[in-house]
Amino acid sequence: MSQITATPHGGAIVVPVVPLLKLGTWVVFFGLLAMLAIFFVSADQGAISFPAGNAVHEWVHDARHLLGFPCH
Amino acid sequence: MSTVSQDKSVLTPAAFLIRGLAVGLVAGLLAFVVAFALGEPTIDDAIALEDAAAAQMTPQEVAAEEAAAAEEDHSGMVAVSRDNQKSWGLLTGTVVVGAALGGLTALAAAAVIGRLGNLSARGSTALVALLGFVSIVLVPFAKYPSTPPAVGDGETIGGRTASYFALVLISVLAVIAAVVIANKLRARVDGWTATGIVAAGYIAVVAVAAALLPSVNELGDFPADLLWYFRRSSLLTLMTLWAAIGVGLVALLGRLHDTATADANRRELAANL
Ligand SMILES: [Zn+2]
Repeated sequence: MSQITATPHGGAIVVPVVPLLKLGTWVVFFGLLAMLAIFFVSADQGAISFPAGNAVHEWVHDARHLLGFPCH
Repeated sequence: MSTVSQDKSVLTPAAFLIRGLAVGLVAGLLAFVVAFALGEPTIDDAIALEDAAAAQMTPQEVAAEEAAAAEEDHSGMVAVSRDNQKSWGLLTGTVVVGAALGGLTALAAAAVIGRLGNLSARGSTALVALLGFVSIVLVPFAKYPSTPPAVGDGETIGGRTASYFALVLISVLAVIAAVVIANKLRARVDGWTATGIVAAGYIAVVAVAAALLPSVNELGDFPADLLWYFRRSSLLTLMTLWAAIGVGLVALLGRLHDTATADANRRELAANL
């Protein structure tokens, strides 16, 4: 089926977009959350340690190596 | 062609994010399957080499190692069994990273859909996933490839981690700049010329960054064949993750945008009656 829809004023098609200002808030909040999640898998208790110990590092150890993050 | 953003549209950031998280979870699951089947045997071999090397240490070396270990703070130290590391531990890592990258890719797609000339929602989403893989995985891998256990000095982990993330950050910022600049250039030159110019610019930026960042060579006498098998499995794991994110989001975001386009045009038609 054709994507082209005839409209009364000269056959223009309306292409909806996401407003950037509204999107920006989501990018900031989810960006921080995603960064924190990736930090625990990629670097915690290796380069930087929080909390102390090695439980997080040990648990995700193989994923850290196979997803290409520096580990050993 | 006009672009509109309406308050009533189904095209909300939340709609993109929820699809990104769902696709990312599934992608993480698929990446786990590949990592478990292809990567884990090579990790086991690398750990066996590490243990064999430890068994050949002289009593003095063993004593020195134990003394160094005793100096470190051992509060909260636990041992996770290899069985748990290679199953639930690995799964946790791939699913968490999958969901995070799936969500970020969906939000990036939300920013460019409808804004890249004649490129459709599906084409724009595929482009975002492809650029994500190239800038986050492929380019950093060329300078700092994955390393198996038994390779790498614990003393240098801080510097290696900083260098790796610096290159990822530069690469991602450069690719975002490339897309924005290409979009502006299209007003003056054709699409392929614009793409060629910004691709050359991106390569120049990451090449200079890679040349300036410190190199890592801590391989020692680690066997070359095992190193390649590990790196190949690591790359296949990451390719699976990104391919699944790309394919899944093209399907889900494409359908979402179809619905939104139909709604918007129906409303436009009704307003003009
Ligand atoms: Zn390790």
